Amino acid sequence: MPKLSYAKALNRALTDEMERDPDVFVLGEDIRFALNNVTTGLLDRFPDRVLETPLSEQGFTNFATGAAMGGKRPVVEYQIPFLLLLVLEQIANQANKFRLMSGGQVKVPVTYLLPGTGWRPGWGAQHSDQPYGVFAHLGVKTVIPATPTDAYGLFLSAIRDDDPVVVFCPMPALALREDVSYVDLAPIPLGVGRVCRPGDDVTVLAVGHLVHDAVAVADELAGEVSVEVFDPRSLHPFDWAGLAASVERTGRLVVFDDGNRFCGVGAEVLATAAEEMRLAAAPKRVTRPDAAVVVGCAPELDLAVQPSRAQLVAAIQAVVKS
Amino acid sequence: MSARPAAAAFYGTIRLIRRFEERCVDLVRSGDIGSGIHPCVGQEGVAAGVCAALRPDDALLSNHRGHGHFLARGSDPGRFLAELTGRVGGVDRGRAGSFHPSDLSAGIWGASGTVGHGAAIATGLGWALARDGDRVAVSVFGDGAVSQGALLESFNLASLWRVPVVFVCENNGYATTLPAPAGIAGSVAGRAAAFGIPASTVDGQDPEVVYDAMAAAVDRARGGDGPSLVEFTTYRYEGHHTFERRMRLAYREEAEVARWRERDPLAIQAARVPPPVREAIDAEIEEVLDAAVRFALESPRPDPADAADHLYATPVRIRGSLFAPLGAAAVPDGAGPQFRWGFSHA
Ligand SMILES: Cc1ncc(C[n+]2csc(CCOP(=O)(O)OP(=O)(O)O)c2C)c(N)n1
Ligand SMILES: [Mg+2]
Repeated sequence: MPKLSYAKALNRALTDEMERDPDVFVLGEDIRFALNNVTTGLLDRFPDRVLETPLSEQGFTNFATGAAMGGKRPVVEYQIPFLLLLVLEQIANQANKFRLMSGGQVKVPVTYLLPGTGWRPGWGAQHSDQPYGVFAHLGVKTVIPATPTDAYGLFLSAIRDDDPVVVFCPMPALALREDVSYVDLAPIPLGVGRVCRPGDDVTVLAVGHLVHDAVAVADELAGEVSVEVFDPRSLHPFDWAGLAASVERTGRLVVFDDGNRFCGVGAEVLATAAEEMRLAAAPKRVTRPDAAVVVGCAPELDLAVQPSRAQLVAAIQAVVKS
Repeated sequence: MSARPAAAAFYGTIRLIRRFEERCVDLVRSGDIGSGIHPCVGQEGVAAGVCAALRPDDALLSNHRGHGHFLARGSDPGRFLAELTGRVGGVDRGRAGSFHPSDLSAGIWGASGTVGHGAAIATGLGWALARDGDRVAVSVFGDGAVSQGALLESFNLASLWRVPVVFVCENNGYATTLPAPAGIAGSVAGRAAAFGIPASTVDGQDPEVVYDAMAAAVDRARGGDGPSLVEFTTYRYEGHHTFERRMRLAYREEAEVARWRERDPLAIQAARVPPPVREAIDAEIEEVLDAAVRFALESPRPDPADAADHLYATPVRIRGSLFAPLGAAAVPDGAGPQFRWGFSHA
């Protein structure tokens, strides 16, 4: 079976969808040279559907909104996660509201692709954010694939979705490879999570690349405690039913989330679990700290704000004991 | 270039907008239009001339001062007024109000509340429409909008990619309270010219002059020669928003308003139409507006339980507020009655 990398999966999804649907086009900076490996080969195959943009993120984000209203399916690639904050208003307050404001007359099927979010070793304060919680909070459809297969399937579904969707691809996941047969690649519906590793004693809800760390921790603790790892895959819509089914069995919950703690995805999941699910013990979350800023380029500083496997082990042990 | 419409047609459009806005002010006073409005009284000549130069399938992005654009493009006054009064019979089923309406049946694709950003949306829309035909996109914005980065970025994109979009600036002299010269270094036309976009500054009080300038810009776009900008100099007699009727803001002199009233678009166009024709038009407009007000106020108010409708194209479980009473189960058994789903009727 071929080894499919995460980045290649994104490239394949986009290529397949552009092949299938002539309304799909891609725009962004330096995409002719595929700096992020997503747009490799597209310019040759679809010369009039690869729009190289100047550095005008607000302008081209709105441009995508207009093109989507006009019947196209734009995929906008952003080089760095902070650019999402520059265009937060255009996505959350414009693209995401035109359907509602028009009483359903228009649709805005734009996909915002972030190939490389979160910590990049040494890239420091401004280049290492993980703002997925912001978009989920504002009601923008948000997905964060953990594996190459999911990257293919969720990206494809995002492009086909009739609403704006932000696709977060965590930096540490981009290099992942998976044995897959291309014929098994398929769209994955938004809002459907996945049990990545079954277990009985505690549910670990892990987000993005942390899914792999959670599975490693679960394996490590296997003799001691049986850990189920649940990957929501999309944060909005969120698979509450899938999570509830897991927690129903285990009765215990730990969230492993690369977002900032305050008002983060971890906070929302814990609150919902407390309100709606039967828990045998108080749940816990392992997250970036409040107001987390990735610091400098010294690894000790960098890593001090990353949620770690050791923290997850401690949280699991605490939840299981209580 | 299409033939310029008859003088009476422009007169009718301007008169309709003027009287519509006056009715709206009454409805703001009575509380039926809860948001207040941004009246376009004094600027109707721009709306009339610009919209007459468009083909019905051309696409216009309006702004917060947009009532005139809708009426000039043929939006149904009753359904439009029902929108402003928040009724289900509104053009957007009561989801837009005065500030963010759209009416695709009249070729108006929306009105972004983010000043200036409609220019960038129109650029993308024009680009998309041009790939499948020869429709033109138009963005209408004020003098305040030309200092917004996204708008200037869209000038660049439109020019680079030769997008069939016409940028229409209604320069009414003020952005809320800020006089245009205090907000614009250089000039509106100069900003477009800097991006290689042909730009002109034209009298916005005479609808026929507006029409001629706009028709040339539309022809250029439709012919594949790319974007242009037309700046129409105009004036609003009313405040920025109806809140100014309660709050006197001393940013301009009454004498200035009076001077502009001497170049009133309604009077300019009335002088070109024989009195009996005018009287017939006026009478018909009163009937249309009486019927519109009746239609709007008789249209039902939306059901609060439908507040999440049209939020998403696909069903998404919405929690919180009305949608998930405390203690509701986490796992819905199908679409149970305790859950509301964001669903499109489109
Ligand atoms: C980006 C942005 N900034 C500020 C506002 C608040 N605001 C709404 S209308 C307006 C003035 C707009 O002036 P102009 O563009 O000249 O249009 P006019 O109201 O004169 O028609 C302002 C400041 C806004 N809606 N969007
Ligand atoms: Mg103004």
